[in-house]
Amino acid sequence: MITLNINKKNYNVDVDPETPLLWVLRDVINLVGTKYGCGVAQCGACVVHLNGEAVRSCVTKVSRAAGQKVVTIEGLSEKNDHPLQKAWIELDVPQCGYCQSGQIMSAAVLLRENKNPTEKDIDLAMSGNICRCGTYLRIRKAIQLAAEMQRKGT
Amino acid sequence: MKQHAQRYLLSVKTITVLVVMISLIAIMAFGFKNESAINNGKDEIINKDSVESVKAFMDVYKVLMSPRCMNCHPAGDVPLQGDDSHIHTMLPQRGKDGKGIYTMKCSNCHQPTNLAGLNMPPGHPEWHLPPANMKMVFEGRTPNQLARQLINPKTNGNKTLQQLIEHADDGLVKVGWDPGEGRTVPPLSHEEFKQAWITWIKTGAYAPKP
Repeated sequence: MITLNINKKNYNVDVDPETPLLWVLRDVINLVGTKYGCGVAQCGACVVHLNGEAVRSCVTKVSRAAGQKVVTIEGLSEKNDHPLQKAWIELDVPQCGYCQSGQIMSAAVLLRENKNPTEKDIDLAMSGNICRCGTYLRIRKAIQLAAEMQRKGT
Repeated sequence: MKQHAQRYLLSVKTITVLVVMISLIAIMAFGFKNESAINNGKDEIINKDSVESVKAFMDVYKVLMSPRCMNCHPAGDVPLQGDDSHIHTMLPQRGKDGKGIYTMKCSNCHQPTNLAGLNMPPGHPEWHLPPANMKMVFEGRTPNQLARQLINPKTNGNKTLQQLIEHADDGLVKVGWDPGEGRTVPPLSHEEFKQAWITWIKTGAYAPKP
């Protein structure tokens, strides 16, 4: 039995310790906001926070998350009011939406570590998240808007 | 009187020649020590042999310039990837401590162990590049440049000769010989590499000619 702390709640799961965290989140705990895109850490759709870091849950074994703090897109904010989520809505960022959880979770780490990211910082932080629909321009604008909201405290 | 003066003059000449010879020997001995560029205050050398040392280093060089080693010792701030040493996809950055930045810290994808499957990220608990203030670049180095860099504590991660010898068994070094599916291993076995490495160091750590 493995104990996981996900979005500030404890879960006891009876799974093989080698199971990727992604499948435990989706199939056992029923948090389906995190997506399977490639299974080989190449697309970023599966990004969740493990102790604040943007890990790829498709390759992270659930044993690595045992007793650690995991945050998924569902737990990024209590009322879906993280500056990124507000910016994403305001600028109508998603098209199909499939990559967007991973995009937001990655961007959240950038904005935590850099309150005023440049275009280059956004390039460096977000190059690991791909979007088949090509919403990159809106993602970039939304990150800048969220950073501004964060700086103003709105 | 004259005879006595002659004997005295010969004696001064002899003394002068002896002093010059001893000085020359002292200077030459000092010069030999510098040639191997070792200056760490500790004598780890068993038997200085420049020919043997350089021969061993050429084996070391073959390994260190293979993708398994060179890929994490790039000239730029993005690691290299694959047997063709292309720039790592997604362009993760070295960062200050060599562990990546923002969303692409090395351990976000590189797990504590290898993962099963072709081209899955290889793993180690401390996956990282050398830090920004001591990049320990292998890519593009000639044998002479690499040897001199490896032996100098100012460019080798502050290692003494003993620490250099031990480094051959470092966990991250050994990953090169267990790199995961789809990757070739270095051209020598780890045991062969270790032997060449130790031989190179203990015979004086000579750098091949430029």
